Amino acid sequence: MGRFVLLGRLAARDLRRRPFDAVMVVLVIGVAVTALSVGLALNGVTDNPYRQTRQATAGPDVVASFMLRNNQTFPPGAVDELMSTPGVVGHTGPYPLAYTTIEAHGRSKGVAAEGRDPSPASVDQPLVAEGGWVRDGEVVIERGFADDLGVHAGDDVTLGGRPYRVAGTAVTAGLPSYPSNICHIVCDVPFPSPPSGGAPDIGLVWLTGPETTALATDARPLSFYLNLKLADPSAAPAFAAQRTGPGTFAERWPGTFFISWQDIQDADTGLVQSEQIAMQVSGLLLAMLAIAGMAVLAGRRIVDQTRRVGLLKAVGGTPRLVAAVLLAEHLAMALVAAALGIIAGRLLTPVIASAGAGLVGAPGAPALTPATIAPPVAIAVVVAIVATLVPAMRAARVSTVRALTEHPRPPRRRARLLAISARLPVPLLLGIRLIARRPARGALNALSIAVAVTGVVAIFPTAGQDLSVAPGPRADRLGQLTAIITVMLIVVAAVNTLFIARATITDARRMTALSRAFGATSRQVSVAMAATQLLPALPGAIVGIPAGLYLYRAAAQQRMLTIPPAWQLVAILLGTLLVVALLTAITTRFGARQSVTEILRTERA
Amino acid sequence: MGPSGCGKSTLLHILGGLDRPTGGEIHLAGRRIDRMGERALARLRSDAIGFVFQAFHLMDELTAVENVEVPALLAGRSARAARAHATELLDRVGLAGRAGFLPSALSGGQRQRVAIARALSNRPRVILADEPTGNLDSAATVEVLRLFDDLHQAGQTLVIVTHDARIAATADRLITMRDGTFVDQTILTGGTHGDLGTLAGLDG
Repeated sequence: MGRFVLLGRLAARDLRRRPFDAVMVVLVIGVAVTALSVGLALNGVTDNPYRQTRQATAGPDVVASFMLRNNQTFPPGAVDELMSTPGVVGHTGPYPLAYTTIEAHGRSKGVAAEGRDPSPASVDQPLVAEGGWVRDGEVVIERGFADDLGVHAGDDVTLGGRPYRVAGTAVTAGLPSYPSNICHIVCDVPFPSPPSGGAPDIGLVWLTGPETTALATDARPLSFYLNLKLADPSAAPAFAAQRTGPGTFAERWPGTFFISWQDIQDADTGLVQSEQIAMQVSGLLLAMLAIAGMAVLAGRRIVDQTRRVGLLKAVGGTPRLVAAVLLAEHLAMALVAAALGIIAGRLLTPVIASAGAGLVGAPGAPALTPATIAPPVAIAVVVAIVATLVPAMRAARVSTVRALTEHPRPPRRRARLLAISARLPVPLLLGIRLIARRPARGALNALSIAVAVTGVVAIFPTAGQDLSVAPGPRADRLGQLTAIITVMLIVVAAVNTLFIARATITDARRMTALSRAFGATSRQVSVAMAATQLLPALPGAIVGIPAGLYLYRAAAQQRMLTIPPAWQLVAILLGTLLVVALLTAITTRFGARQSVTEILRTERA
Repeated sequence: MGPSGCGKSTLLHILGGLDRPTGGEIHLAGRRIDRMGERALARLRSDAIGFVFQAFHLMDELTAVENVEVPALLAGRSARAARAHATELLDRVGLAGRAGFLPSALSGGQRQRVAIARALSNRPRVILADEPTGNLDSAATVEVLRLFDDLHQAGQTLVIVTHDARIAATADRLITMRDGTFVDQTILTGGTHGDLGTLAGLDG
């Protein structure tokens, strides 16, 4: 029992003695766990979303619509002709469609209202995501549109001036989900297109048939649409093409318009693909950043812990006790980090996924399941164990005296760099010599910055430029998503930068103290510390820019590079360097509290 | 000199502008230094002061000659001039043949001689040495004291902190400290003019 008390006390005291380290360990592992759990949760959401929706809703192969003008009446003959066409194996409808205005929470938007039966349809039965299906006096709102309006089942809305209660939300494969970048049924709807071009910003709701019919006015007459099931779904585009243009069905029955399921999928995919790419790529980049951060962390812990192991052995601790203390300490940090990361992931996933779910119309909201929680936790624990075992084994091999007195990892000597640095101004001289002492850390720093800049370049300006071609609410949502991902990348990269700066400063204490004793000013030392971070960051950022452009091209499967405006790339480069310099300055300021004499007195020879 | 904890090292650090006094005035070569800004103090350390530490404090990854040239490079001298002067200084401390060695390949006495050469790099007005022989054996102590003697003969001012009476006996002027104050001053005439080893009782 006494041994456990000692074990707990030693672990707790060490954590309290180095709160900054403990917080940083928790932060780095926590962010990695967050990124991994969000990535895993999102992976399922965006996997073949349209096909999932089409399967779950018995989506139509072709939608035929009839836009009636000049008091035209609905032509039953057209429906009969389509029904008797060879290859058509089923249909639902024709359903009435009215264009009107919805008001909810003080906002007003254009909407297409479809009239549906309360009983399920065999083709295109929208899947209810929340609440129930249409009833008298109640309306069902397409989920992406409901998300945008902020309405839920039970809320009250107004359609064409009439009050309705929201029965629920649903998704469909029969029409593009909101916000759509193609026209609903036809482009000739009585709503203006946005000034920048593209499809009108209209949503989709379902009502009972009679209530839909009642919404029609002289200015906005009823349309009708028919869902068709074909024997060969892959022939749908050909089916639609054969009935469009002069001398075809469309000319015999004016106002008719065909859209195949492939058209709807393609229209969705353009932007959905961007979103999937953004998520997959950012998940990969965040994982790489987390690994770089953990590598720096593990290296620093090894240096720290080797001395501590020597101390514990000197006061009579067995190698097993020593290992147990280290393990307890790292496991505690890893588990706290994993718990925080999973909570953060749980909070963040719906924020990110709501945009995705609305876009893709995938059935079911994303959830963190044991399957998505287990891998990040396992990784956190494995990192903790690896970070513990290496120093414990290394310390067990060396004698107690050596562990106490010797520097566990003597600094590297890079003769050429030393010679070059002698010809440079003092801050660069000191900076390059500091980098030369720990080249691996400099490389990790460059890698971390390169990964972050790659991500920011790939996601923000490049995807942003593609998005500006397709403006509207859909682009806004994708813009929000890219902003969230960018912020996550920057946060993780910033944590890494802080970590590396802290490790460099701790490692360089004696060198900087000596330099000051021999005449370097504290400003020169501060600039030198900034240089140790900026010199690897600069090539990292420079490499990251083309890497980001090519990454986006590869991920978006584009033939040409999307080149954002030069000023944006320059701003990213300069911004990166500025942030690195600021973070280093902050760390240096906190690290420089100890006086030169204090450092020289406490540091070993 | 004085017992451990009497304030010798603190005084030395204050004299060298590494620490600031809580009261009183510090003058070095006619200039008051306790009110100087950080930048002026750094310039002072670069131009007028050389430090020698008990723990040597050489940079592990730098060779002997690279360690010696550090203060000259920090003072903004050219790489070529700094290297030439450092080589000359190593020759002066009897380590010309060890210029390319890393500190880990040198003995304690050799390391301290490299540290002394480094302290001389910018031709300081005064060398402040904090227990310079504290980590050395008798033979190495004699080597270092001989070197100090040569420097003194050449007109170099040295302020040495020690609690070893044998070292103190080699000085011109001996100030004894206790509990943070000066308690005694002795002028030792000819202290550095005789046979150092004999005077310090290190012969044989």
